[in-house]
Amino acid sequence: MSSEAKPTGFIPEQEIKLSTRGLDLYYEGFQALKDITVSIPARRITALIGPSGCGKSSFLRCFNRMNDLIQTARVTGEVLLDGQNVYDQGVDVPLLRKRVGMVFQSPNPFPMSIYDNVAYGPRLHGATDRSTLDEVVEKSLKGAALWDEVKDTLQKSALDLSGGQQQRLSIARVLAVEPEVLLMDEPCSALDPTATFRIEELMIELMENYTIVIVTHNMYQASRVSQYAGFFLLGELIEYGPTVDIFENPADQRTDDYVRGRFG
Amino acid sequence: MSALPRLRPRTRQAIAFAALWCVVVAVVLPVVAILAIMFVKGGRGITWELLTSTQEGLLPAIAGTTALIVLVALISTPVGVGAAIYLSEYARRGTFVRLTRLAIVNLAGVPSVVYGLFGLALFVTLLELGRCLLAAAATLALLVLPLVITASEEALRQVPPRLREASYALGATRWQTVRRVVLPNALPGIITGMVLSVGRAAGETAPILFTGAFYALTHPYPTSPNDPFVALPYKLFVEATEVPGVSEEAKWATAAVLVLLVLGLNLGAVIFRARLRRARRW
Repeated sequence: MSSEAKPTGFIPEQEIKLSTRGLDLYYEGFQALKDITVSIPARRITALIGPSGCGKSSFLRCFNRMNDLIQTARVTGEVLLDGQNVYDQGVDVPLLRKRVGMVFQSPNPFPMSIYDNVAYGPRLHGATDRSTLDEVVEKSLKGAALWDEVKDTLQKSALDLSGGQQQRLSIARVLAVEPEVLLMDEPCSALDPTATFRIEELMIELMENYTIVIVTHNMYQASRVSQYAGFFLLGELIEYGPTVDIFENPADQRTDDYVRGRFG
Repeated sequence: MSALPRLRPRTRQAIAFAALWCVVVAVVLPVVAILAIMFVKGGRGITWELLTSTQEGLLPAIAGTTALIVLVALISTPVGVGAAIYLSEYARRGTFVRLTRLAIVNLAGVPSVVYGLFGLALFVTLLELGRCLLAAAATLALLVLPLVITASEEALRQVPPRLREASYALGATRWQTVRRVVLPNALPGIITGMVLSVGRAAGETAPILFTGAFYALTHPYPTSPNDPFVALPYKLFVEATEVPGVSEEAKWATAAVLVLLVLGLNLGAVIFRARLRRARRW
């Protein structure tokens, strides 16, 4: 697994779930991402690190086209999911977002019951049968390690849960639509250390079945949970490789400075 | 620099507080004064007889105004809320949206008597509705449309963007997001706006003057939207200007009934919103 000249050569072709080729992202005149080419492996955790404003969150939002919601955002280049460009004309964006789920920085439960939060996605996609929904809700809450805490209070407002529970509910809500990829945008930045630990444990469990990409400010978190890591700086992907290499033997001086805490 | 003596922050704070308090009193006082004068002059005129009699009383006018504002709500709400949803959730910023907003602002600035003439030309004459409830309600609906749109848009904007994001990220379409997340959470504000607008419509005279309101009718209770009607503000206007021999007390009583109707609507809106607010927070 030694790093090669080609930034993504260390991942076998058939294990690539997501990739980008020459991806540029502009917000009006400002170029937020510069010529990003990267391959992300299936059923692994890939961490994106870098200082604030480096473009890592913007990058994450290209995979499920959440950048479409920003009117001034413009993307060129390719973003591939299973080899298919998600920016092709005629791509069913809601279906793409069902396949590529997202967990946000701060927990954002709907002002509804716990049950309705989890059932929201399946209902969007046509599920109406009560027993099917019951099953999905239970399975998803178990998958997010929240079931035991809420199984007797499913009809209570999701807003009464603690921050950590709300974030696990957000994860359950995503799992309920059976995605293939989980994008996590600093999922622990609003949580205390205990809640953070639980989410990290959960991510490692989920890795068996999902491709996970996590944006994090916390370098310890990146080194604890991820197998691959990419370092972003000012819209450029400076270095990408196995997490061990990025943290212990980075090829680029800027990466070295950042992971050693010299800036950022 | 300043010629004024430097005051201590605490003194400045006291002055600012006193000034603001005076302004608030200046706002509240006229409202209290109007209500007080009205009830002192007309309070004893509000009798059971006045409220329930067809011949001598206000029942036809109360019924007419009630029917009118129900129709106004039925017409202006779907149009206004629909326009607000379009502007806040669908439209991309650009020339078209700017022109639309400009049109709405200008609509709000048109004098109500102009609406009356417009309603006469369009609904009564051109569309051949005649002078009736429907024509008057359509005219008033146009008048309150800017209020409905503005209040609804405000309510839609209050729904946190992160809820929309969560919905889109789960694969919801725009309409699913509007229907399941945005609208339910904006509903209290939308309904408040609707009721306040309808209250405004209830008190208007000029727009219904040419489009369907009468002082007295042989069949005083409308049974369909195509019937003419008697309305409180128009009745008051005629009594105050044209009909001799109506006692001061009777006029003030009519005014008081109209104001009570509007205040009742507004109070209902406030209570309703408070209830919904308690059920939803974020």
